[in-house]
Amino acid sequence: MRKITMWFVSTVAAVVLLFSYRTSTMGPASAGGSTAAAGAPGVVSGGDPAATNQTATTDTVVNGSVAQTRWGPVQVQVHISNNKITGATTLQVPDGNRRDKEINSYAVPRLNDEVLAAQSAHIDTVSGATVTSDGYLESLQAALDAAHLPG
Amino acid sequence: MGLPVSVHVRGPEATGDAAERAVAAVFASLRHADALFSTYRPDSQVSRVRRGELTAAGWDPLLRSVVTLCERARADTDGFFDARVATPDFDPSGLVKGWAVERAAAALAALPGLDFCVNAGGDVVTRGRWRVGVEDPDRPDRLIVAVDVTGGAVATSGSAHRGAHIVNPFTGMPATGLSAVTVVGPSLTWADVYATAAVARGPEAVVWLDGLPGYEALLVATDGGLLATRGWPSVAYAR
Repeated sequence: MRKITMWFVSTVAAVVLLFSYRTSTMGPASAGGSTAAAGAPGVVSGGDPAATNQTATTDTVVNGSVAQTRWGPVQVQVHISNNKITGATTLQVPDGNRRDKEINSYAVPRLNDEVLAAQSAHIDTVSGATVTSDGYLESLQAALDAAHLPG
Repeated sequence: MGLPVSVHVRGPEATGDAAERAVAAVFASLRHADALFSTYRPDSQVSRVRRGELTAAGWDPLLRSVVTLCERARADTDGFFDARVATPDFDPSGLVKGWAVERAAAALAALPGLDFCVNAGGDVVTRGRWRVGVEDPDRPDRLIVAVDVTGGAVATSGSAHRGAHIVNPFTGMPATGLSAVTVVGPSLTWADVYATAAVARGPEAVVWLDGLPGYEALLVATDGGLLATRGWPSVAYAR
């Protein structure tokens, strides 16, 4: 996770560079993008940041372009006020936990006590990481051995 | 090795002299393996290798076999099982346990008409049909699930009872994420190696285990969650 977080930091920086380029060449032209998830790149609301250089105090919201990363697409939205970045949020987060998702696709539920009790009634032996005699004494295998062996 | 070992035989020949001799042979074989491989015995082959007193020319043929198997195990587990002879802390115990038990059980396998179940510290090798409970690593007096095995082996590796004793060879740090892994398959040697490597590897090992032909696994995460390969044989997990 740390890696991904750090990557986001650099993404914000990249988006800012991209944004500077766009605003200086294209101005506020992108029409009517909604502020939320759709995330068309370009200025979403507020004025042309290039024009706010001197005195304007209105916030400008700009979407970065969608960057493809090894974890999936990343898109960042930047809020600018007084020519400064006042906030950045991610519109598209990479499916960063694709690995976790893959692992979780193998998840199985624990048996409820009733099913387990029914199964345990017919156990022949126990597999476990019990490697010391102390563990052995507290384990079920000890009880099973006692049951199998004559008195 | 300080292992509790129990041998359970059944069938028409179970009470005969042949079975008794075979059971005695099982324990004799395990004692011999212990004498060769125990890291707790200063005169064992492994201890002498560690002290630099024994070169390859002086190795017992069984040590030769084990070293070869350790090399194969490292390759087959992408390096997560690592018991290299060229290190001062050479310790093949992680492989020797399953290997020695499987080898010892051959004395029983030689007898026709005899089902057996050998359990050495939670690692199991069988002939015939047996129901094996899988211990809950967080509560050794409880089971997580039971599996029916027919002539197969069941191995469990984990941190229960001894703290985090499996090290991730790539970090040198104790493995994290899994408290136990149980592997079912035809060979106890390899079931045990795979279980140990999976603990070292962490939860993502389930993907690797799922691709191993002939072996199935149940993984217990440190948060108590369960993962299983798609062919895990517990009837309750049919999916």
